[in-house]
Amino acid sequence: MQNDTIAAVSTALSEGGIGIIRISGPDAVKITDRIFVDAKGKHPLTTYHSHTIHYGFIENNKQIVDEVMLSLMKGPKSYTKEDTVEINCHGGVFLLQKVLKLVLENGARLAEPGEFTKRAFLNGRIDLTQAEAVMDLIRSGNDFALSASLRQLQGSVKEEICDLRAKILYEIAFIESALDDPEHIQMDKYPERLSGVIRQLKGQIKKLTDSFENGRVRREGIRTVIVGKPNAGKSSFLNLLAGEERAIVTDIPGTTRDALEESVRLWEICLNVVDTAGIRESENPVEKIGVERAKRYADQADLIVYMVDSSLPLDENDEQIMELVKEKKVIVLLNKNDLPPFCDPAETERILREKIPGCRVIRTSMSEKSGMEAFADAVREMFFSGEIDVENDVILTNARQEEGLRKAFESLEMVEKSIRDQMPEDFYSIDLMNAYSSLGTIIGEEVGDDLVEEIFSRFCMGK
Amino acid sequence: MGQIREKVDVCVIGAGHAGCEAALACARTGLETVLFTVSVDSIALMPCNPNIGGSSKGHLVREVDALGGEMGKNIDKTFIQSKMLNVSKGPAVHSLRAQADKAEYSRSMRKVLEGQEHLILKQAEVCEILTEDMPGKKEGTAEKKVTGVRIFTGAIYEAKAVILCTGTYLNARCLCGEAITYTGPNGLQAATHLTDSLKKLGIQMRRFKTGTPARMDKRSIDFSKMEEQTGDERVIPFSFSTDPETVQIPQDSCWLTYTNEETHRIIRENLDRSPIYAGIIEGTGPRYCPSIEDKVVKFADKERHQVFLEPEGRHTSEMYVGGMSSSLPEDVQLAMYRTVPGLEHCRIVRNAYAIEYDCIDACQLYPTLEFKKISGLYSAGQFNGSSGYEEAAAQGILAGINASLKCRGKEQILIDRSEGYLGVLVDDLVTKDNREPYRMMTSRAEYRLLLRQDNADIRLRRKGFEAGLISQEQMDYLDWKIEKIREEIERLQNTVIGAGPDHQRFLEKHNSAPLKTGTTLAELMCRPELSYELLGEIDPERKPLPEDVLEQVEIEIKYRGYIERQLRQVEQYKKMEKKKIPADIDYDQVNSLRLEARQKLKQFLPLSVGQASRISGVTPADISVLLVYLEHGARKNKDGEHMF
Repeated sequence: MQNDTIAAVSTALSEGGIGIIRISGPDAVKITDRIFVDAKGKHPLTTYHSHTIHYGFIENNKQIVDEVMLSLMKGPKSYTKEDTVEINCHGGVFLLQKVLKLVLENGARLAEPGEFTKRAFLNGRIDLTQAEAVMDLIRSGNDFALSASLRQLQGSVKEEICDLRAKILYEIAFIESALDDPEHIQMDKYPERLSGVIRQLKGQIKKLTDSFENGRVRREGIRTVIVGKPNAGKSSFLNLLAGEERAIVTDIPGTTRDALEESVRLWEICLNVVDTAGIRESENPVEKIGVERAKRYADQADLIVYMVDSSLPLDENDEQIMELVKEKKVIVLLNKNDLPPFCDPAETERILREKIPGCRVIRTSMSEKSGMEAFADAVREMFFSGEIDVENDVILTNARQEEGLRKAFESLEMVEKSIRDQMPEDFYSIDLMNAYSSLGTIIGEEVGDDLVEEIFSRFCMGK
Repeated sequence: MGQIREKVDVCVIGAGHAGCEAALACARTGLETVLFTVSVDSIALMPCNPNIGGSSKGHLVREVDALGGEMGKNIDKTFIQSKMLNVSKGPAVHSLRAQADKAEYSRSMRKVLEGQEHLILKQAEVCEILTEDMPGKKEGTAEKKVTGVRIFTGAIYEAKAVILCTGTYLNARCLCGEAITYTGPNGLQAATHLTDSLKKLGIQMRRFKTGTPARMDKRSIDFSKMEEQTGDERVIPFSFSTDPETVQIPQDSCWLTYTNEETHRIIRENLDRSPIYAGIIEGTGPRYCPSIEDKVVKFADKERHQVFLEPEGRHTSEMYVGGMSSSLPEDVQLAMYRTVPGLEHCRIVRNAYAIEYDCIDACQLYPTLEFKKISGLYSAGQFNGSSGYEEAAAQGILAGINASLKCRGKEQILIDRSEGYLGVLVDDLVTKDNREPYRMMTSRAEYRLLLRQDNADIRLRRKGFEAGLISQEQMDYLDWKIEKIREEIERLQNTVIGAGPDHQRFLEKHNSAPLKTGTTLAELMCRPELSYELLGEIDPERKPLPEDVLEQVEIEIKYRGYIERQLRQVEQYKKMEKKKIPADIDYDQVNSLRLEARQKLKQFLPLSVGQASRISGVTPADISVLLVYLEHGARKNKDGEHMF
């Protein structure tokens, strides 16, 4: 058990409805008691039973700071297995900081990132993979991410991965027993059978990695890059997005300086939009750098919004753009210009569909502010088709897990290659084993010291 | 007259395959060694199958040889047929197996022992292991240290180290149907006193059983109804030091026939008379060397099972009946054998029998094969719960090397799972919960593409050299060989082959896709249809190199991708092996270890986190807890910070 008491704001610091301050440690009750009064102005905290919730006020020098609900959970039946108090304050960064400051002044220490989870782990409350899921949970930005992380805590990923591993292990065991007992276990036609199994396994893994992508775009927003020639209407589109539904616009930390990335909400859809400099051939070196960057952004995007001026025929610059984005998920906004058309929009649409297979083409008019609903529908269809059932589907939310799946997938492809190359059967097991281990790292069945390293760095342990 | 009291360095108990290697390893490093056996006429006895090697066991023999052991050399001198198995599969599972002339094998090994300086053979039953308490005993260290042995006559041999290689002799009991005799194999005297002494030392004993099939009179067998199994045309010796030309000798044949429905019917109808099925035998037998009763029960849908008739030697007419070991009564055995084509008129010289014996759960040993609780006491072979001559020899040489190193005050050696089948064998024995005689199998080795029989010298010779069993000259050859392999691989990787018409014609001739641009010889070698030998045609720069160098070059290039992936697996594995657990760790201080894991860790005292992770009952979650604890301790020590 740790001997000091830690505290932190446990909800995101935002202008939300409420915010929670969590205090954990041997003095959690004592510290809170100094600043909490009930409706009668008394300090009753030490008389409360564990696992109860109370109405009252946070006071500073007899001045009421906030009206709060307070939950008390005594150890070991708490998340950290220590005495824990949670103060439900009214939201607002300023107010939360003020209450936290009070708690700290009365004897708590500010918790390091992830320290509550670290304590839960050190006190034997959760294992490492659960700890990791909690870290995800902490960083989850919205309800979707929250329930996915929760599901993970409850082990849905584990079941799915265990199933994959069991199937792989069966094949490994089969190959191995055939090696050891060739008299009784024959390998005739085995490569064909194994190919079938691997196809199926790959399908299963693909579904999971898709869920990761899906999970990520829901959790973090869809990385959207707007491309198009200058004056095609990109900025108007962005402004329209920003104006629609009183979009919440926040700066996302860590974005590079050269392109503005904004988080935009279109109904329930969260888009992280990068407005790029117009893509076109340029001899101007400064502009050229911008173009290179635009290409790089387009490469990493989940969604490309390609603005096309419907009044002008497609030219070389468009060719270049189409080439650049042809393998991405693309929504073309065929923007109606006020000017009389110099070409047939239907012909433009035909070319676009041919050059960018699978793209959606939506006719819009920025000036008339039309087409946004169709745009939102297209996004939903592209990213949230087969509506994820957060309660029941297995959803991956963690990059390390996705990495494990990706490696497993690659290993299975290696096995396929060995089969194609007609390698002797004993070679299959090397890559099958790799696939098995990679999957094992996801659920903690295989302990890599990288995980421990990771946990140490995330938990800021003993630096 | 007082008792005889002699002072030596090492006592080895038992002169089977483990004992011989252990004793030689000690004597060859200059230690005065006594090798005790209940019968000097039965040294290196092969009481079961008349062959050495075979799938994965052949690897062990090569490893014993690489370390400086005798088994490979001895079989090279006494084999009567030799075959490389699994040549249609990958190089990892190629395995050498030789039929031995059993009597010759034994005689030849005896000659080696008798010619060995510092080695004394002594026919006697050892009754007691002598020990004294360790002064200043600390947590996690041995409680006692060995001081010698007492034999049946009362004579005492003082020694710094004792190696137990008692095989199947401790309280042995042979069962042939309902007939029970209290003897070791082949009617040899059992050792009935030592178990009690071991128990008194706090060593936990268990009981295992194994069996052997009948031997038949060659003259009563009709070989015309069987398939002849001949040896390889070009014999490859087991030992890296045997000149291949000396093993190109005329070979004897083995014979293959099959059981049938009638055989199986007789077995099924008499199962109640089998001591195992009737519950008379309490010992646990190996699943992987099953009796014919077991096979018939387990593979009920198989219409037939293979039966191999193998000669027991050149100066005997006895034939070993491989694949039909049995503990059924004599009359049933005879009836069942006579249903097999070619055996209709067979006469049994020796009946099949099962043998029960005392052995230990090897988790009482460190991976050096030294007892955790008794310093200087080592054990090897079937006593450790293994089965097979090769498994025994492999443990024997490791125990011998480590006993010798310990006596000489040097650091003992460990062989890990990525270094040899020997490492896998020992790690499995000392770490896993083995409930039946442990047999080496290909599938037990995770990194088998690296642990090939062809590269055992490259893997292990240096350890043998450091232990003092490999000469400087042998080491120099190995270094030269490794350098040649490296040079030739480099040359092949750097020799560019253009897409000219000569080369295209060559490729066409061998059904290989034509070149679009230039490539290297190494790239071409990776094509399944091409080989180093074939490429000689378009490789005029090539210089003649010895066969063993070429073999390595070919494998290294052809399977490069796989080898590299396996090497990465090993890297992962080594990371965990390198995380050592301090001997004085107090598992009670590790918060959040589950109770079962805590108990297992205290019992097994693993040397590394890697070993801990293989203990049954210790889960990955426990390992992560342990890792965090150790990491924390390390950081704490560095920073003087306290967290737990």
